[in-house]
Amino acid sequence: MTTVVSGVVALLLLWLALWTVIARDAFLAVAGFVVYGLLLSLVWVRLAGIDVALTEAAIGGGLTGALLLGAVGRVRGTEAAAWSERSGAGTRALALLLSLGVTMVLVLCVLVLPEDAPTLAPQVVANLPATQVGNPITGVLLAFRALDTLLEAIVLVIALIGVWSLAPDRVWGGRPGPRYVADPDGILAYLARVLPPIGIVVGIYLFWAGADHPGGKFQAATILAAMWMLVQMAGLTDAPRIDNRWLRGGVVVGPLVFVAVGLLGAWTAGAFLGYPLGWAKAMIVAVEVALMPTLVLVLALLLNGAPARSAEFMPSRSPDSASARSAGS
Amino acid sequence: MSAAVDAFSIVAIVAGLVFFLAGTVGLLRFPDAYTRLHALTKADNLGVALVVIGLLPQMDGVLAALKLVLVWLLVMLSSAAVSQLIARSVRRQERGE
Repeated sequence: MTTVVSGVVALLLLWLALWTVIARDAFLAVAGFVVYGLLLSLVWVRLAGIDVALTEAAIGGGLTGALLLGAVGRVRGTEAAAWSERSGAGTRALALLLSLGVTMVLVLCVLVLPEDAPTLAPQVVANLPATQVGNPITGVLLAFRALDTLLEAIVLVIALIGVWSLAPDRVWGGRPGPRYVADPDGILAYLARVLPPIGIVVGIYLFWAGADHPGGKFQAATILAAMWMLVQMAGLTDAPRIDNRWLRGGVVVGPLVFVAVGLLGAWTAGAFLGYPLGWAKAMIVAVEVALMPTLVLVLALLLNGAPARSAEFMPSRSPDSASARSAGS
Repeated sequence: MSAAVDAFSIVAIVAGLVFFLAGTVGLLRFPDAYTRLHALTKADNLGVALVVIGLLPQMDGVLAALKLVLVWLLVMLSSAAVSQLIARSVRRQERGE
């Protein structure tokens, strides 16, 4: 019975993937992609990868979906023109060959894998007590492969700098996008008042539970960033000025503390990012707490996009100028 | 006793699935966005509610059961809000604004 369900879900996933690729309308493609992400997180639940399922649902489906929807809104005006340009038969044949080639290589890679896939899982389980955390995923992310997580955090900050640097000089340091306008008595404003208290508690719970159970800072940060975005989209608060020192401090505090802990490890435990015996949990919690503001701010600011209003300019609040982004009334 | 509890769970979950089925059929068959939304909210509210009620006696511990109830309340809140937003956006498009 469960095999049938798994098979149906796998077929649905393939069909959705194909549909996302061949959809002519960018909005439909993104809708397909979001559903694909949610279905994929179901697959991860079936494979007992709850941590991955949470991340896929929060970041793969939710955050990436929102980013792509924003992109769809921006390219909407030129979409029809782009479709009318058909690339030549040679180009298309080349693209087909390239895709088939990549697929073939991937299939070959999977086929030549040894029957017992090489795994470090037994070593992780054997050494997990030394990290003093109960969730092996957290143990891998913040102890055994902490360097990967550090670089990931740095990549996020660099991505944000990349987005910000798309801003024209005259609005540098200003606020992203037009201000969202919504009916102050509407349902969106209501949701933005009711949901954040619950969302903040759930986010902190996920963050704290991540030490011993599925959960963790990435999933928690996505929820907290989503709450902030909801309040912004309901027009209850404005996007932050990107020249705010507190904001910039919050963006870099995670990687900075992470590197500091790493250097401390080089001094006390003999290796960069090594944790002295008995201090592992305290160090891991310190790094995770410091990473939280970085992740929340970077994820939300990536969604906000590049600055588009100079800091001095008072935003117009008439619905006309911002109707493209008003989400409620 | 446990057989009775299991029977209650099965009945409630099957009843919930009926609402999901009806909601899906409505989504596919109803003529316009408003009636489709109307069909969907039945799955979101009553469908999820009955599945949650069916699962409650199967949870070990009050805390897990409370989390399940919280999930149901959150689904209701978001589905109610989102269907309002979708309906308003459809109405605005119809008016040509």
